[in-house]
Amino acid sequence: MSQVRAIIESLLFVSEVPLSLTKIKSVLSMYTHVEITEALQQLQQEYAGDKHGFSLAEVAQGYQFRSKPEYGEWIRTLKRITPARLSQAALETLAIIAYKQPILRAEIESIRGVDVGGVLRMLLEKKLIKILGRKNVPGRPIIYGTTQRFLEVFSLKDISSLPTMEEIGDLSDQSVTEIAAEENE
Amino acid sequence: MSTTSKTDEYQVQLEIFEGPMDLLLHLIRKNKVDIYDIPIALIMDQYLAYLDMMRSFNIDVAGEFLETAATLAYIKSRLLVPRIGADEDEQEEDPRMELVRPLLEYAKIREAAQTLADSLQLGRDVHVRNIPSEELWDLESGEEIAEVGLFELVSALHEVLKKAEPDELMQMSADTMRLKDRINQLMEILAGVSSVTFHELFAEQARKADIVLTFLAILELVRLQMIRAFQHQPSRIIRLYLAVEDGIAPGATE
Repeated sequence: MSQVRAIIESLLFVSEVPLSLTKIKSVLSMYTHVEITEALQQLQQEYAGDKHGFSLAEVAQGYQFRSKPEYGEWIRTLKRITPARLSQAALETLAIIAYKQPILRAEIESIRGVDVGGVLRMLLEKKLIKILGRKNVPGRPIIYGTTQRFLEVFSLKDISSLPTMEEIGDLSDQSVTEIAAEENE
Repeated sequence: MSTTSKTDEYQVQLEIFEGPMDLLLHLIRKNKVDIYDIPIALIMDQYLAYLDMMRSFNIDVAGEFLETAATLAYIKSRLLVPRIGADEDEQEEDPRMELVRPLLEYAKIREAAQTLADSLQLGRDVHVRNIPSEELWDLESGEEIAEVGLFELVSALHEVLKKAEPDELMQMSADTMRLKDRINQLMEILAGVSSVTFHELFAEQARKADIVLTFLAILELVRLQMIRAFQHQPSRIIRLYLAVEDGIAPGATE
């Protein structure tokens, strides 16, 4: 049991992208599903402890070692990085695509009320969104969707782990009035 | 516009709004009014005042702002002048709903954008180990592989075309395959194997039209950064790799 845990740990250590359960299973074909998932759970528990600077995160339908957020500042100092902030326009566009995909540019624009051509190009370059195809209507407009990279960047296990629109809806009904109070301070 | 001198009220600080929806939401919040019961006249006055202010700062007022101004004016007129001949039994919908619905949807999206902004972001809050890409090195031979540009791709295309059948004599046929289909095919091929050589993709194609279509598909995929092309230096063999592993949007498959 401890060996399977060590093997998986080594796989995760060298993996560049989140490692899916399917992939781990294909490498460890001699072990059962239960053995592997239990080992993963044990690893997660172990690295969640205070002794470690990183933890085993479940992102983009896979497992990946990631540094803990509380040590982000040290890492940024080491690597001398200033994280690129996504603009409000980019975040809104991304949110629309994440929730409404597959979606056309015109549909995004009708929600945001502004042109999104430039933002879409930037999001494509950053590989946060991708072209799913073209819709079979006059003009054959491009259909957009989010990528695996999007899940990785925003630490999402899968696309369904986003809060639902209804949950957000409840929030926003309150916030329309509540935030008003904050803004007026 | 009201007759009182507005200039005194203008604040020097000019907030920049993403668009008309952003501005409207801000005005609704600022005035602490119920989104379902918007005082159109008030909001419209402030909305237009903002557009005036933008103009006075020589900022181009985008068309979208004007379009929404027109919508506001239309709703205001509808409120002032009840429809003649409207059936009394039939409760006419509040004309303001035309504005409220998209506003509510936009407000939700703003919240959703905020949750994204607050989530643990890779490269900002959390970090992963940086492993030099294994694709860059042929691990067995240790020979260097370089990412190729358009020039190398085009010269590779020339080689393929040289081997192609001579031009057929005016063969008229409907396009058997379109670019989109070819792109999808390529993505399927690449999803099955980790990489494929440039020449393999053209193996079974003799017709020039097919070759060109495949080439265009490759160019498009490279441009969209969905695939990456590398060239093995001594042999000059070009290999294409999927840029993102499992490059299928979760939303698209489920």
